[in-house]
Amino acid sequence: MKRSMTAAASGFVALGLMASTAFAGDVRIMWYSDGVEGEVIADLLSRFSAENPEINVILDNVAYKVVQEQLQIQLEAGEGPDIARVTNIKTLAPHWLDLTPYLSDAAYWETNFGGYADWMREDGSSAINGFMTQLTLTGGFANATLFEQAGVALPGAGATWDDWVAAAAAVQASQSTTAAFAIDRSGHRISGPNVSYGANYIGADGKPAPVDAGTKAFAEKLVAWTSEGKMLKDTWVSASGSTYRPAADDFINAAIPFYYSGSWQIANLSTKIGDGFDWVATGSPCGTAGCSGLGGGAALVAVKYTKNPEDVAKVMEFLASEAVVKEFSERTLFLPAHAGVVAAGGMSWATDDPNVEAALNTFIEAAGQVEPNAAALPAWKWGSVYYGALVNRISQVMAGEMTLDEAYVKIDADIAEQVAAAN
Amino acid sequence: MNSFKHQAGAVITAPLGWLAGLIDPPLRVWQRWTGQGGMAAFFLLPNMAIFGVFVLLPLVINIIYSMTSGAALFLSDRDYVGGAQYARLLDCGNYGDPGTCAEDQFWTAVQNTGLFVILQVTLLIIIATITALILNRELRARSFWRAVFFFPVLLSPVVVGLIWRWILQRDGVLNAAMLGMGLDPINWLIERNWAFAAAVGVTIWAHMGFYALILLAGLQAIPKDLYEAAEMDGTRPGRVFWRITLPLLMPNLLVVIVLSLIRAVQVFDEAFVLTGGGPGTATLFLTQYIYEVGFASLLKNLGLASAASILMGGVLVLLTLLQLALGKRNEQKGKLK
Repeated sequence: MKRSMTAAASGFVALGLMASTAFAGDVRIMWYSDGVEGEVIADLLSRFSAENPEINVILDNVAYKVVQEQLQIQLEAGEGPDIARVTNIKTLAPHWLDLTPYLSDAAYWETNFGGYADWMREDGSSAINGFMTQLTLTGGFANATLFEQAGVALPGAGATWDDWVAAAAAVQASQSTTAAFAIDRSGHRISGPNVSYGANYIGADGKPAPVDAGTKAFAEKLVAWTSEGKMLKDTWVSASGSTYRPAADDFINAAIPFYYSGSWQIANLSTKIGDGFDWVATGSPCGTAGCSGLGGGAALVAVKYTKNPEDVAKVMEFLASEAVVKEFSERTLFLPAHAGVVAAGGMSWATDDPNVEAALNTFIEAAGQVEPNAAALPAWKWGSVYYGALVNRISQVMAGEMTLDEAYVKIDADIAEQVAAAN
Repeated sequence: MNSFKHQAGAVITAPLGWLAGLIDPPLRVWQRWTGQGGMAAFFLLPNMAIFGVFVLLPLVINIIYSMTSGAALFLSDRDYVGGAQYARLLDCGNYGDPGTCAEDQFWTAVQNTGLFVILQVTLLIIIATITALILNRELRARSFWRAVFFFPVLLSPVVVGLIWRWILQRDGVLNAAMLGMGLDPINWLIERNWAFAAAVGVTIWAHMGFYALILLAGLQAIPKDLYEAAEMDGTRPGRVFWRITLPLLMPNLLVVIVLSLIRAVQVFDEAFVLTGGGPGTATLFLTQYIYEVGFASLLKNLGLASAASILMGGVLVLLTLLQLALGKRNEQKGKLK
């Protein structure tokens, strides 16, 4: 009896030690996927694990909503994963780890990812916190088959928003589609068009500026198109608050001939549309001040609360290496953010869909048309606040709950309140 | 067989008896020191500890959060602002017009929730009572019908919301059926009144079975001889319902009213999945407002969300106390009669 008690006690102690030492070499990654990148990263990490058996990499594939809603709370509590894939990059910057002392070649990171380093680090800092796993650019997609069937020519380079909506409305009338076009329910998505009409969100003091004529110009068009049935009402009106609603499924189901979203949709569209119809990327339609999309993307960042910064750095160095970034981009159909990969060119996209390469090239070309006011937004701390207020109030106008003038007052008040609350 | 059961019972209870013997002496000492009240406290302690940790403590923390501001999570990093969050929520030119309020969406949510509670609880109770009355009759396959009405209660609220969204969305099952019948489709979730009606209807569908079951239990507890006596007297069925069934069902009805009222004020999951609070803010309810402000927005305003939840909790407490007082009055009336 005594021997069995001793054995049981020893077992518990051993178990306790195992439980505590199990975390010593762990690197936990919180990852979300838009398309196939979850499978690709799992495959790449299995290669890393084979080469580094002493580091236990745990990949937590979670929904995007989990990253948006739960990661911040975990980080505020000084917890969370060791590495995370995020889009709310700048707002959470105080929680990222400066990898510089742990990297074998910090200059490599500056050379290849330096152009986007400010997107994820605190203002005035020179820290290396991570790298962009993909660059994105907002832009449009057209259902070429529907346009062709309707006998409507696709608007060419330099076409304005009015041109595109008029053409899509002609297709809508001819082909009896539900609506002419849709834009994802997101303040981020309408910010490129707003800038194209001259909007500037950033005040002289770096804080949010009041809603200006540029934003008003596009918001008025958007509301009018919705009330006329040209813009798909479901996407924006069917939710409240800042809830994100994509319209990708409506485009995939040919319910709309024109869809404004972004480059990250390419893999999704290719996979789901298949040979259902021909589609093309269009870049961003023009406004009065330009033809700007809005850049952005997802970053892989190290979290400063990690207990294993050296191991985290090893994982990050592997994933940021030129060969891995190239392979990841080719397999996921994402635009790479690695300067060396971009300069070398010769991407071999892992698809036999003829629409994909043309779409990627269109987005690469459109990247040159991003206006300075749009280019500044990804690195701007208050971007998310501005986007949230825009989508919340403009959708209320579309639902007939307030006028645009009332909405502008509310947008400014909402932003001011959030800035005050954050300070 | 009995002998086997006896032996099996003895084997199972032996360790319990041994354990009871082990804790008996210290408990006796404890009782001698503290008396019977002390013993009661001892046995209540585990439950009170769980209640304290998971209900009272979060409530106190919530109250404290509601008096702070800032984006930080820890109380030590947050600024004390006293009643400023409450003042902001209650700052209104005209409470009937949310547009005049500093937190217009809070008051929109309050109005939506109020209307939802009135409609949903009233309709739910009427439908649940009728269902219970029907299920209490001699029906063919009565157990089957009881299961059919109870089945939605077993579904997860998210599943309920998704099922009905697939049915009601623009290209959903209902519109496909209407098109098949040559009718014009309706955008159920985009038209304000239809969306609100859908939220009310779906939550009634999801919960009605549970309340019907409580009412059915009440109906079955009513002595049959009362109905027999009424039948012998030739009392009309309507009069039987108003004079016998309803008064004797009142205790169960009261439970149903209290529970459905509390549940209706807390409405969130089914409605959120179904309509997302839209169109516009037509189905934005209080719990969703709190969730949006505290968790879903990119800058989480925990102070404002906590203050809103405390106000909502206060309303719930008032409603519950009112219902309990009414119940007590009914009970006393019953005793006097």
